[in-house]
Amino acid sequence: MSLTREQVRKIALLARLHITEQESIAYAETLSRILGLIEQMNAVNTDGVAPMAHPNEAGLRWRQDAVTESDQREKFQRIAPAVEAGLYLVPKVIE
Amino acid sequence: MIEKTVAELSAALRRKEISSVELARLFLERIDRYKDLNAFITVDAERTLAQAEASDERLARGANNPLTGIPLAQKDIFCADGWRTTCGSRILSNFVAPYNATTVDKFNQAGVVCLGKTNMDEFAMGSSNETSYYGVVKNPWNPALVPGGSSGGSAAAVAARLAPAATGTDTGGSIRQPAALCNLTGLKPSYGRVSRYGMIAFASSLDQGGLLTRTAEDAALLLNVMAGFDPRDSTSVDEPVPDYTQSLDQDIKGLRIGLPKEYFSQGLNPEVMKVIESAMAEFKKLGAQVVEVTLPNSQLAIPCYYVLAPAEASSNLSRFDGARYGLRAKDYTDLLDMYCKTRAEGFGAEVKRRIMIGTYALSAGYYDAYYLKAQKLRRLIAEDFRKAFEACDVIMGPTSPTTAFRIGEKSDDPVAMYLNDIYTVPTNLAGLPGLSIPAGFDSRDLPVGLQMIGKYFDEARLLNVAHRYQQVTDWHHRIPPGFDE
Repeated sequence: MSLTREQVRKIALLARLHITEQESIAYAETLSRILGLIEQMNAVNTDGVAPMAHPNEAGLRWRQDAVTESDQREKFQRIAPAVEAGLYLVPKVIE
Repeated sequence: MIEKTVAELSAALRRKEISSVELARLFLERIDRYKDLNAFITVDAERTLAQAEASDERLARGANNPLTGIPLAQKDIFCADGWRTTCGSRILSNFVAPYNATTVDKFNQAGVVCLGKTNMDEFAMGSSNETSYYGVVKNPWNPALVPGGSSGGSAAAVAARLAPAATGTDTGGSIRQPAALCNLTGLKPSYGRVSRYGMIAFASSLDQGGLLTRTAEDAALLLNVMAGFDPRDSTSVDEPVPDYTQSLDQDIKGLRIGLPKEYFSQGLNPEVMKVIESAMAEFKKLGAQVVEVTLPNSQLAIPCYYVLAPAEASSNLSRFDGARYGLRAKDYTDLLDMYCKTRAEGFGAEVKRRIMIGTYALSAGYYDAYYLKAQKLRRLIAEDFRKAFEACDVIMGPTSPTTAFRIGEKSDDPVAMYLNDIYTVPTNLAGLPGLSIPAGFDSRDLPVGLQMIGKYFDEARLLNVAHRYQQVTDWHHRIPPGFDE
């Protein structure tokens, strides 16, 4: 299966990765090669096989709806790129 | 001292032959002397010595944990409060973790001393430690060769005697393969045995924290601390932790060793084959029997893994966006651009490739053909193991198809690099415990690893079998030339 540059651009947008025109050509080639490897999966019929999400299918544990953590906002925000009044600052989203 | 195992160092500390501070200084000096190996990303001598001093005080008061005072290197994937934690990436180059991973907490409580954070493939994606933003790690056995990956820094550190042991993580072989390439004992516990809280996530259904040591006994001692239920890890299994050292000396007469016929096809390197055959002869002398088993879907493990792991990674790595921590791009127009530029600048080529493949496999229209299909194959692969274990107690085979390869040899061809994982990924897919131990050398004097795969939560048996083998062989005692002093 071969990927087009258009498909690569779309995937990059979904993945929130900026890529140049040059890079989209290189990715189309490399990703197509990797897909070639992955397509070997089609060698086996898996009709009727239940998908396995992870090794211990125990499902998520429930816990008491009680407060167990302490407020460490100051400590965690000390390493943030931009904060003000306890809020993380990012470029304006709404015009 | 540098030749002593963790078990021997523990005894030496208790007999007051050496202090924890002296031991830490010794290893810190070696780490600096051999910094050319590039095994460490972060060393903080002040912090290390402060921990060692605290451990010496505990020892003076009669500490009852055998690991108090023992130095340990930590793979830079474990968040450690106050330590820079980079995960081998530029995007976390300025990230000083504000909390401890459970693994780090547990070792701290035991009085273990952190020697520093070891180098690794970026976000644990790699089999050669060539994708790290902090440079390639060299194999102490031959510095022109790779140490394996992604726990290459941990492997190089222990092999070069810069640390008596190190932590690692294994998602597709990242502990076992570098252990094999560096002549070490590498343990990937069963999925759910060791807490993943604070262990930066690559593929959540495959990742497991573990150890690189020189002996199975050391791995047992350290696993006693590392293993255990953690309510903060939703995939942690609530099973009591046995004392893994208690069963090490058990007799292995009658042990049934299964050799999967698919692992010994014509493609296998004949020198690796020879080492495995010699190992089987040793096991037979110890009273084990060797039987042929089959894992029919072995061929599909690599394609299956290279859908599931990148898919999970694409989801896990979406948190790195420049908003709350880590790198933020300098130039961007709006929020979307900030995300896109930050990630493009912060991630290396292999990470971006995997995020792209993973995103594609999960996207609308492709989810069934790729992600769901891979999950079904995963079921088949796990079933193969279950059936094989009806006929044997432990499965064995080579850990890696080759011994250490040249730096740069495979880094241009991602698919060639992925094939290094052929013997190790099935274990992660099935969630089973895996252990690689030194079993011999090839004609270039490079180490060959023997892999053992156990039933779910049967790591005690793996450690026992490995220990018995290590009592009658000395491959694991060999030191890379030039590092014996």
